[in-house]
Amino acid sequence: MGQPITVTVNGEKRSAEVEPRLLLVHFLRENLRLTGTHIGCDTTHCGACTVLVDGTPVKSCTMLAVQADGEQVTTVEALAAGGTLHPIQAAFKQEHGLQCGFCTPGMMLTSISLLQDKPDPTDDEIRWALSGNICRCTGYMNIVKAVKSAAVQMKAAAAVPAATAAARS
Amino acid sequence: MAVETPLKGNIGDSIKRKEDDRFIRGKGNYLDDVSLPGMLHMAINRSPFAHARIKSINTAAAQAVPGVVAVVTGELLAQHKLAWMPTLSGDTQAVLATDKVRFQGQEVACVIANDPYVARDAAALIEVDYDVLQAVVTPQQALKPGAPLIRDEKEGQKDNHIYHWEAGDKAKTDAAFSKADKVVKLDTFYPRCHPSPLETCGIVADVNPATGHATLYMTSQAPHAHRTLFAIVAGLPEQNIRIISPDIGGGFGNKVPIYPGYVVATAASLLIGKPVKWVEDRSENLISTGFARDYYMSGELALRNDGRMLGLRVKMLSDNGAFYADAQPSKFRAGLFHIVTGSYDLPAAHVETDGAYTNKAPGGVAYRCSFRVTEASYLIERLVESAALEMNMDPTEIRLKNFIKPEQFPYMSATGFEYDSGDYPRAMQVALDKLGYKELRKEQAEKRKKGELMGIGVASFTEVVGAGPGKDYDIVGLRMFDSAELRVHPTGKAILKLGVKSQGQGHETTFAQIVTEELGIPAADIEVQEGDTDNTPYGLGTYASRSTPVGGAATAMVSRKLRDKAKKIAAHLLEASEADIEFDHGKFFVRGSPSKSKTIQDVAFAAYTNLPDGLEAGLEGVTYYDPPNMTYPFGTYLVVVDIDRGTGQVKVRRMVAVDDCGVRINPMIVEGQIHGGLTEGFGIAFMELITFDEEGNCIGSNFTDYLLPTSWETPKFEMGETVTPSPHHPIGAKGVGESATVGSPAAFVNAVIDAVGHLGIRNIDMPVTSDKVWAALNEKGAAE
Repeated sequence: MGQPITVTVNGEKRSAEVEPRLLLVHFLRENLRLTGTHIGCDTTHCGACTVLVDGTPVKSCTMLAVQADGEQVTTVEALAAGGTLHPIQAAFKQEHGLQCGFCTPGMMLTSISLLQDKPDPTDDEIRWALSGNICRCTGYMNIVKAVKSAAVQMKAAAAVPAATAAARS
Repeated sequence: MAVETPLKGNIGDSIKRKEDDRFIRGKGNYLDDVSLPGMLHMAINRSPFAHARIKSINTAAAQAVPGVVAVVTGELLAQHKLAWMPTLSGDTQAVLATDKVRFQGQEVACVIANDPYVARDAAALIEVDYDVLQAVVTPQQALKPGAPLIRDEKEGQKDNHIYHWEAGDKAKTDAAFSKADKVVKLDTFYPRCHPSPLETCGIVADVNPATGHATLYMTSQAPHAHRTLFAIVAGLPEQNIRIISPDIGGGFGNKVPIYPGYVVATAASLLIGKPVKWVEDRSENLISTGFARDYYMSGELALRNDGRMLGLRVKMLSDNGAFYADAQPSKFRAGLFHIVTGSYDLPAAHVETDGAYTNKAPGGVAYRCSFRVTEASYLIERLVESAALEMNMDPTEIRLKNFIKPEQFPYMSATGFEYDSGDYPRAMQVALDKLGYKELRKEQAEKRKKGELMGIGVASFTEVVGAGPGKDYDIVGLRMFDSAELRVHPTGKAILKLGVKSQGQGHETTFAQIVTEELGIPAADIEVQEGDTDNTPYGLGTYASRSTPVGGAATAMVSRKLRDKAKKIAAHLLEASEADIEFDHGKFFVRGSPSKSKTIQDVAFAAYTNLPDGLEAGLEGVTYYDPPNMTYPFGTYLVVVDIDRGTGQVKVRRMVAVDDCGVRINPMIVEGQIHGGLTEGFGIAFMELITFDEEGNCIGSNFTDYLLPTSWETPKFEMGETVTPSPHHPIGAKGVGESATVGSPAAFVNAVIDAVGHLGIRNIDMPVTSDKVWAALNEKGAAE
């Protein structure tokens, strides 16, 4: 028997009847066909399946879909809303922070969460924050660069409206 | 603000990657993203034992689960002559076990169901009655007289020995040893590890029962070779098989072999008439698919008192698991292990290798390496470290004394490799300068006085990549050439189709750049396609860093072929003789008057609209490139470590990597490849291990036990380069993907030994974990 759930995924309410054992990652990938969230290890180690649940990075292979009932879930598909790349996406490309691309969605979502908490992180803070996301291709150096570069872009973007407001007053 | 001119994408331009746009949006198309209407799902029941006879298999409970469509056993496959399949090394491997299971995790039966959860539930309900046999878990045990016979089904197989293979000159080597002032010996074990790409292996098999056409979406590093093997194994007509290798989430050698799951899913789709998907979970990937290494190596170096090397003697024993399924050219039983003379001018060398069956997973793939080059490089670089310690020489001094000199190239090695080009002293000097080697040696001496352990590791590797030539190198008989097909459209845009297949290496960018350099079409205007056997020319695929040396050469050659034709058309447009036409960066002009010119785009349009009499229409071509030789990338890696006497913890303080991979097409991508390779080398040196208990239970079957480096442990790398072009490659490139994984493990371990060598410690086998270091220190009374 299915259990009814309603999850707000990328701003849109999605209702379904699901088996209580259905993993959130399978709900996203199979039920909603949001295949940007990947599965790498099944045991919460690799972070390929990382999504944001109410803004917090969660490994969606270790959360049941029913646990996400009533929550806000953000996946990689939401990042380029309106067609404009999120600064973290632009930075990953600019700094060559990805190769095969399999870990990239999870890496970017974890990075976004870090930058919300710490807009100006040090290398060590970035490395610590990303230590639950494994990348087999890049050796992390360019990922760290990308996160730093995105931090600069995001701070500049945040400063623009403030400056505009100041100029108006 | 200055506006940067966008780079066109010539060789040497670090343009941003074309493939990234889909990956950063979550719009890649990996195997598990493939979903077809009516698709069924497969799960595998695997052996819990390493060695056991199957008495019976009861599938009734599994079959009774609602949603289960079929249960496939070895017995059913045997009726279709599919219970066994050939391996890449000319052995056979069970698809589903019929008689015995020979390793833990071996495929026993498969469930096909309408839902992946149901398939797994049912697979767990298959009852297999086993008669457990004694497991053989090391090659030494396997070769003992009276050891349980693992491959009792093989006619004529009386023991667990697989092969004996030699290279070099035994008599000459023995003579060199008899003249030696000193012989230095090192026994070392390169343990079993696993490529572990972040995406596991899988297939969606879609066999159309009406037409017999099989479309196989597969995580394949070699789609064309796999198509041919499928035709042979499954008896399907090759023209009816289409293999589509979609975006691949990392390969590193793991996606070179054909696995039983692929075969069963295809057979099931054929029998049921619906698409069947099988995707491994991580444990399945680690316990059953292509492992790497597992080599026991014993090396002896004959030296003169002044440190000059006279000869090298190597004995190697390989653990191949239950089926000899190494991925390597058929002439070479131990791959290219005989490159073990490395960067050194060794007048004599002899290599003796043996392989044995054990009750462990088969595979023997090259984890980011060319057919056992990594093991070879590790052994010689560790052996030279031992020699430096024994002879009381600086590890850089002994290397400099024995390097093949720049003027000796092309150099024929004692084991039969013709090294194409190199300048080893220069790469080393660049690395030493970058590190500040002398200062660090002083610091080390100061620290040692205080009882602190600090080490500087050196590795000056030379490796060999880019197989063929086809006359010497093949995979199950298929010659190792590769291909490129280039179609320039009337508007001057182009499609490049390749026989190789990217798994993250950035082919869509790098190979477009080769066309840009040769024809002047901007990289942004060139679409690169790979992985679909119906739409790309035949090639042997991407592994062993062969894409740029072979596929890249094919790309340059097909571009030149088109340029020759374009010249004829340009001559017609410019009303000049073809002999007077010159080409420079996308423009054709009459010699002496460059102002009057036609662009490649003008010429492309004319190729379809305004041709000289007698010339075929179109600007398209295909080239199959069989390289005249392999390429020999090299470099020097330096590592600085600090070791805690109290815990044995090794902290990598610095790492300098100087690589020479010939001409760099996209330096950004090359550096990224090296970063990744160094990280995998770091993981192998300190963390990654697949081991087994006495009963053959796999320890290292998930990421809790099989440790991969995260951003936290991984050191920061300091990069340097030298450029010594390959003389035989059309653009002088050598290939780089694997170099760092080949060269770096020895640098890491040498750093540890350099820190503790004065205490009398000569070797700690990988992974060099804190407990092993502490135990070694403790044995010498040096632990705190």
